[in-house]
Formats: sequence, C-alpha cells, structure tokens
Amino acid sequence: MIAPLLRLEHLRKSFGALRITDDVSLDIKSNELHAIIGPNGAGKTTLIDQISGVSSSDSGRIIFQGQDVTGLSMHERAHLGLVRSFQITSILPRFSALENVALAVQALNGSSFRFFGNAAAEKPLNELAMAYLTRFGLAARAGIAAGLMSHGEKRQLELAIALASEPRLLLLDEPLAGTSHDESQRLIATLQELRRELPIVLIEHDMDAVFALADRVSVLVYGRIIASGTPQSVRDNAEVRAAYLGEEV
Amino acid sequence: MPVAAAYGPKTFILALVTRIMILGLAAMSLDLLIGYGAMISFWHAAYIGIGAYSVAILSSHGINDIFVHLAVALAVCCLFALFTGAISLRTKGVYFIMITLAFGQMLFFLATSLAAYGGDDGLTLASRSLVFGSKVLKNDIVLYYVTFGFMAGGYLLLRSVVASRFGRVLRGVSENPVRMQAIGFAPFPFQLAAYVIAGMIAGVSGCLLANQAEFVSPAYASWQRSGDLIFAIVLGGLGTLHGAIIGAAIFSLLAEFLSGFTEHWAMIFGPILILVVLFARGGIAGLFGRRP
Repeated sequence: MIAPLLRLEHLRKSFGALRITDDVSLDIKSNELHAIIGPNGAGKTTLIDQISGVSSSDSGRIIFQGQDVTGLSMHERAHLGLVRSFQITSILPRFSALENVALAVQALNGSSFRFFGNAAAEKPLNELAMAYLTRFGLAARAGIAAGLMSHGEKRQLELAIALASEPRLLLLDEPLAGTSHDESQRLIATLQELRRELPIVLIEHDMDAVFALADRVSVLVYGRIIASGTPQSVRDNAEVRAAYLGEEV
Repeated sequence: MPVAAAYGPKTFILALVTRIMILGLAAMSLDLLIGYGAMISFWHAAYIGIGAYSVAILSSHGINDIFVHLAVALAVCCLFALFTGAISLRTKGVYFIMITLAFGQMLFFLATSLAAYGGDDGLTLASRSLVFGSKVLKNDIVLYYVTFGFMAGGYLLLRSVVASRFGRVLRGVSENPVRMQAIGFAPFPFQLAAYVIAGMIAGVSGCLLANQAEFVSPAYASWQRSGDLIFAIVLGGLGTLHGAIIGAAIFSLLAEFLSGFTEHWAMIFGPILILVVLFARGGIAGLFGRRP
C-alpha cells in the first residue's frame, strides 16, 4: 500500500468549550480530489486552517509526504507544497494581477533579500507569472490592480497564485463562494482540469460541483467526520442524510 | 535645492534648508516603515538622537573624525534596531505603536540621565566633525552640500529598496500578511530588515543634525519628534519617498513662518493636517501625479 500524501491523526481544536475539530483522522491519497462537505459551522474552514498552518492544533498530528508538519508555520508548509486558497478572497489588492502571481513565483525563485534591481522588471518571474495568468484566462487583465477585478476574476487569480506556488497538494476553501452561475461554471471547468494534474482537498457548498469533481467525499458534522467514501456511498449514507435533513444530497 | 546655496551668505536660509534636508532624510527612512511596511513607529526619532549623541559623545572625548562618528552611529542604530525591532515586531497595530512609544520614552529618559553629557540641558559641540582632520564642515555651504549628498543618496538607496524583490515582499506583507505567508514568505525577517535599514539611515540624519546645530539634546530623541516625522510624511504623501522630503520642507517652513506670529503655532498645524488627510489623502505628492 502506498503511504498517503497527507495523513491527519486525531486532530483536535477547541475554542473555549466549543470543539471545532473533534478527533479528525483522515488520509488523502496522492491521486484524488477529496471533497470535505458539511453543514455550516461544521468546522471545515478550521480544519483547512489547521492543515495549512493558519491555526495551530490542540493535539494530533499532520503528516505530509511522510514528514510531521504539525509544528511548522504556514510559510514553511507552503514551501513543502502544502498550498491553500481562502474562502474569503485573499489577494494583494493594490498589486497588479501579474505582480500577485509574480510574487508567488519569486517565493520559489532564489532569495528575496535582494535590495537592488527592479523586481517588477524581472523577466523570468514575469514570463512564468504571465503563463499562469494566461492559463486562467486573465492574460488581458495582467496589468489591472487585483482589487479592481470582478469577483469571478479574483477567484481565478487566487487559483493562479496557488498554482504558481507549485503545490504538491492544493487545499481549496470554497473556491466557488459568492460567484455567479456563469463564473462558477468556468471555475468548475478549471477545477476539472486541475484535478487531473494534482491532488486537491476541496471544501465546497455547491453539491453539484462536489459530486461532479470528487473522487472521495468526507462529511464533517460538528467537527467529526461521520462518513467518508465514494460520492455514491456518501450520498446513500443514512447518517449523512440525517445531518443534511431537508437538504438535498 | 542646491540653488539655495548660490544665494551666498544668507546663512539663515542655508541653515534652514540644511535642516529641512536632514529632517527629510529621517522622514524618508520612516516612510519606508510606514508607507511601505505599515509599521507606525514612534521610536524612530531615537535613531536621530543616537546619531547626534554619537557625534557629541565621541567629540567630547576628542574623537572628531566624521567617519568614526558615522560608523559608530550606524553600528549603534543597527544594534538598537535589531533589539527593539525583534521585540516590537512581535506585535501588530496599536500594540506595535505603544511598544515603540515606550522604547522611545526609555531612550529619552536615558539621554536626560546622561549627566556627564549635559543631561536635560543637552551638550554643545566644541566643533563640527572633522573630515580627514580638516575642518571643512565648519563652512555652512560645505555642510549644506554634504547634507544634500546624503539626502540624495538616501533617496536613491530607498528608491532602489522599495522597487527591489525585498521591497516588493515588504509591500506585500503590509497589504496582506496572510496571503504572503500562504505563498511562502515569513513576514518577520523582511520587516526586521526594513526596520534596521530605516534606523541606520535615520542615524545618519542624527549625525548631520548634531553638526548642523553644533548642539545635541535629549529632545532630538523624544517621541514627539517621531510625531513630527509622521506629520511630515502624511503631509507630503505616504509611501512616495519624495513626499517625505516635501512634507519635511512644508513642516519646517510652516513652523518657521507660524512661530513668527505666535508661540502657539502648533495649534495651527493640527487643522492643516486634518484638512490634508480629509481632502488630499495622497498628501502634497498625491496632488501631483499618481501614487506608485
């Protein structure tokens, strides 16, 4: 058996008396898109925060590519290829779209303790950044301040930034959040392409998207994983149906 | 600005413009922290104090060479910046401001307690610094050009820093630190490096100030002086570098002009800053051309 790409062992996290993550153990394989679904407040974003290093864990271990990363900071995990996107768009609004991506390229390309030379004119950085923008349909918007882009474009830009960080595992926190129907169709098409290239952990509310994209689905309710398996087995699970009472699964 | 020197022996104007350039150099260095790094430091005037006292204390022991003065000022500012930065940069926002303010107060009272070097009263220099044993800086015009050289050099250095890879990370961190960490940048080393660079440049302006005034006083290092610097930067335009020089000029000229009318001139300053903040967010520099 191949070792899992990411292994969560008995992760816990509480805020006061409230258990947000309650003994979560999960294996993510290196060839799957693993969706994590669950009702609002189930602790999905907190779990991603713990995996990516935004939040620390009270106990438990996070093993990524055989290495214990539980004690590593967010930027150290990013360097190992554990790269995330955010539910609430997180970009550099006053930087151009190109510079947003170029910074991610710069992070992997030599030292950033260089005090001379115009970074914005560094061709190798810009060319690679431009390739990512082109891929996400943003080439024509390269020079625009990221803060002035449409919401759908910002979501695409965030994916471009994440890809430029050369992830070994991509953690996507509701990439479709707040997008219009057309925008989400575009994003789903983008994600269809991405899942063929790299393993993804996807948190998403849009069930159609989840069942169209996921190889496996885990259901998180009150911080606990109550079911994990193929989309069909999860859909048929009685406990999951109960958790989603009134919602169509 | 060198044009002013051509007007010859108008020593008052020469001294005023020299002081403006010294203030401008310090304000520019603080603009690196505030305008590009979102680190609002009330400790910054401490470096001016350290630079000025480096000149005064060494001179009082018979060490008069400008290069020694500068080297000591740079080294001490670097150490103080590393120490205070390592502590204060652990915090953010208003806590960062309060810690820098507290450090500023500590240094101010340390300076007032230096009885051997004048205490509260400050210390008058026996002479200006020597350059290779020569008293050229005694000539106000020479000091003026030297100051201009340092200001121009400081500007070019900072202009390069903010456009460099380093500067881009610094700007990114000030805009969205979580995003920067998510792509693999740890904010702290970049912020600390900027903190040290800015501190050392301000230390140079302190050396120049001691030479210009031929006098040093704990007041140079007070947090109110940091407030003056911030005032100048906001007035001139945050995050532009040249705005800091424009702001320093307007600040000094207004202070000079208004103090001719009333000793309560500071009361007129406040409303001017409020108007600039409300109606010209980019400061004076923002009125001409777009912000980078």
